[in-house]
Amino acid sequence: MRIPILKLQDYLLVSVQIELDDQTAMQFQEDLLNKIHESGATGVVVDLTSVEIIDSFIAKVLGDVVSMAELMGAKVVFTGIQPAVSMTLIDLGIHLKNVQTALDLEQGLVKLKQELEEK
Amino acid sequence: MKGALTTVPIYKEWDIVGARQSGRNMAKDLGFSTVDQARIATAISELARNIYLYAGQGEVSFEEVQGDTPVGLKIIAKDNGPGIDQISKVLEDGYSTSGGLGAGLPGVKRLMDDFDIVSNENGTTVTVVMWLR
Repeated sequence: MRIPILKLQDYLLVSVQIELDDQTAMQFQEDLLNKIHESGATGVVVDLTSVEIIDSFIAKVLGDVVSMAELMGAKVVFTGIQPAVSMTLIDLGIHLKNVQTALDLEQGLVKLKQELEEK
Repeated sequence: MKGALTTVPIYKEWDIVGARQSGRNMAKDLGFSTVDQARIATAISELARNIYLYAGQGEVSFEEVQGDTPVGLKIIAKDNGPGIDQISKVLEDGYSTSGGLGAGLPGVKRLMDDFDIVSNENGTTVTVVMWLR
């Protein structure tokens, strides 16, 4: 399964609508980096509203893609993390400290704009 | 008193998703809250991945258990892999031999109410329970 990545002006928008298995998550990592490279996007919003489970593997893949994108010069913001997901991540001891987040897609875009203007 | 035992074999990566979906459904049927369903599904995901990653194959079973008053969901993750050398090490946060976050087993221990691990050269069995609050 592939997660669609949409381009909107200088940004990429991703809404994860399926249950993330390891393979899909790895594929997404690669697809997103390729898309950043092709499009020259400076910011990415990944909306996780529909994601019901993030385990330690998926968390690592998502955390890594933020660092990888950053190396390429793009900022990534995660949005819409569900209460249950945030609670289980903290139980797992995963704090995703290097990751920018926002409540929803709209605020995610606002956050990206602010971050990118600061530079 | 014990409920029916459901067993999901773990052979391929996709079985990790199958196991956590079965467990989540069972937790939902037993009346666990959304957050506890997520905790249970996440714990199953970690246990099933350990089987797939370190033993190659094994199984995850689910069973309804009844204590004196509460109802619980018991999950047994079993494999015939090489076993774990230093159990105390793998229960430490951040310890991993596979380049992972090392959050799996210590995380499962925090996610669930009861946690038990038995490991020797014949394999590893992790048994966890969450009680209905």
